[in-house]
Amino acid sequence: MPDRGAVIYRYDGSFAGFLSVVFTSFEKKEQPVQIMSRDQIQTVLFPIKEIETDKEKASRVRAGIRSRMSENGWQKVRLGFDTCHPEKELLLLRFIRLGMRLGKRVCWMLADDTVAELENALKHLTGEAHQYKGFVRFSEAGGVLAAVIEPKNRVLPLLAPHFSDRYANEAFLIFDKTNREMLLYRPHRYVIIPVENYELPLPGTEERLFRSLWKSYYETIGIKERENPRCRMGHMQKRYWKHLTEMDPDVPPRIDGQDGLPTDGHKLKDRIQLTDTADSSL
Amino acid sequence: MDLFDKLQILADSAKYDAACTSSGVDRSSQGGALGNAVACGICHSFASDGRCISLLKVLMSNACIYNCKYCINRASNDVPRATFSPRELADLTISFYRRNYIEGLFLSSGIIKNPDYTCEKMIETLRILREEYRFAGYIHAKAIPGADSLLLNRLGQLADRMSVNIELPSQQSLALLAPNKTKEAILRPMGFIRERIQENTSDLVQYRHAPRFAPAGQSTQMIVGATQDTDYQILKLSAALYRKYGLKRVFYSAYVPVVSSPELPALDTKPPLLREHRLYQADWLLRFYGFEAGELLDEQHQSFNPLVDPKCNWALNHMELFPVEVNKAPLEMLLRVPGIGVKSAHRIVTARRNGTLDFAGLKRIGVVLKRAQYFILCRGKTAEGLKITPDAVMRSLISDRCRAMLPEQAEQLSLFQTAITREDVTKCLTGEL
Ligand code: SF4
Repeated sequence: MPDRGAVIYRYDGSFAGFLSVVFTSFEKKEQPVQIMSRDQIQTVLFPIKEIETDKEKASRVRAGIRSRMSENGWQKVRLGFDTCHPEKELLLLRFIRLGMRLGKRVCWMLADDTVAELENALKHLTGEAHQYKGFVRFSEAGGVLAAVIEPKNRVLPLLAPHFSDRYANEAFLIFDKTNREMLLYRPHRYVIIPVENYELPLPGTEERLFRSLWKSYYETIGIKERENPRCRMGHMQKRYWKHLTEMDPDVPPRIDGQDGLPTDGHKLKDRIQLTDTADSSL
Repeated sequence: MDLFDKLQILADSAKYDAACTSSGVDRSSQGGALGNAVACGICHSFASDGRCISLLKVLMSNACIYNCKYCINRASNDVPRATFSPRELADLTISFYRRNYIEGLFLSSGIIKNPDYTCEKMIETLRILREEYRFAGYIHAKAIPGADSLLLNRLGQLADRMSVNIELPSQQSLALLAPNKTKEAILRPMGFIRERIQENTSDLVQYRHAPRFAPAGQSTQMIVGATQDTDYQILKLSAALYRKYGLKRVFYSAYVPVVSSPELPALDTKPPLLREHRLYQADWLLRFYGFEAGELLDEQHQSFNPLVDPKCNWALNHMELFPVEVNKAPLEMLLRVPGIGVKSAHRIVTARRNGTLDFAGLKRIGVVLKRAQYFILCRGKTAEGLKITPDAVMRSLISDRCRAMLPEQAEQLSLFQTAITREDVTKCLTGEL
């Protein structure tokens, strides 16, 4: 790739915007030294070229990648954009160049520098998403289940189908504090929308009871003779703890004077089956 | 009874069961009201001992009429007793599940009154979950040995996975420690479950809507270190169970002394975690790497090498087969190289179709070169700067994890004490490479 003078590309941070970046880079036969999104504030040493997001160009790039690099290759690009790789745009651009040159076999060149780097970033993303399938903690308030997460990667698109299926008849939301967006679900449709900030509502009596029961269960189930904090830390990194009920120091592991569960079966049944007609506050 | 006390008693009694996985079945909530199941399993938390928490693992009751000596709930032991009502337990499960604390329920029980009665209580809990709440999450139910086969059948139709715990790996140990149980009584329900799973598969072929029987298969657990049974005996038994009973998993649980008895290890005995770890490694080798139990241990070597994992140990004893050329070796051979796991072996096969692999490439693929380097060639060459000294080899082949688990003085043990001498290794390695 001829490198006529170093240049920085700046785009709006959207996926279509990024595809427009790819279009320009190919069209101008130009390799930017950096690709940054407009909300990044940073002093830079090179001239900046503003890339406008162009739906038409984006869809041409998409079609090109799909036909040359196969559906599989396209999926890697699409997912790669949700990773937290610090230079994901440059990495993806390198991957696309390679793929356009070599075709779909680029997906199998696992020992190649660029491909391996992308694979690792993807593994980090899908691995984190998989962990979140377990680590998301919902609180119930007013018939809606709500959760807050702080992932490194953009995991909501990967979590959406899973939780929509799991809680098919519920109304729920997950707020991603890192990427400032929210997954909203109501039977049987979900959306992911940008949201600046969201705080969980204060827990009611029932919610507090279940949190405590869970914490009590958590503390009981570990075998003291096998205590292994390092192993636990390895599986459940500390960064997750903040939003895990069982690790929350404010949740007491016991509430006195509790003879039974507050829910009777019918109420519970209504709650999990009839949200279709229930008025959810979403 | 106080709810917190009850949950604590019944979770505490269940915690020594190692099986907490939620794997083996994929099911969407379609038609169900709540929940799904994911084949690869999901961990929801990790306990202070580092083990995955996936299911709400509790006993229906710990008021047991039997008297197994190793068990904290045996009738003659003076401990507080509790019993869930089916409704209570079902509601608790649903409430935890909705908050995404758990993947589902793991239900086991001490024997209340008699095996049939116990089984009926469990069935009622599962029935409420599946039929009233239309719960489609994961359920693992322990089959109660001695319960009527009609009841076991019903239990299996409601659960995803069933298990009968062998607990003690030999008839003698059973006779000694679990006088109310016999090998027969344990294997009968196991055989029954296997048959039902098989019949069910053919039913399903004929009638798509035949009720499913334990779609995630069956598993069992063995306690390690409560008796004199050796690693070899245990592994042989596992291999036979996988073969004869089509088990999905055998779990191993390092014995934690909870009761004092002349027949049992003293109360201050540490649970044999390293042994348990080695058994899991070997179990993995049986299931995914094409190894036979007899290749890993035999009459002369009944215990695992505490210092290196069973695969490494095998490789060191078969240096005549190494090094292998990664660009050519068949998959089965790649799987036998220490430092190459199932995933990396497959990735190697994929990647080498698109060009020759070198050491840097292998590393990118995820091969643990530190271990693999002694056993492989890339384009006919060994890794650059590979030094083969007994010390270096020793350091690379013992995993950090195991080093941490070893008792202090073991570091000074000769590395290959149980398998071959240090000279042998050096000779093998230097001679071959
Ligand atoms: S049957 Fe034996 S192992 Fe099971 S709870 Fe009763 S005493 Fe314990």
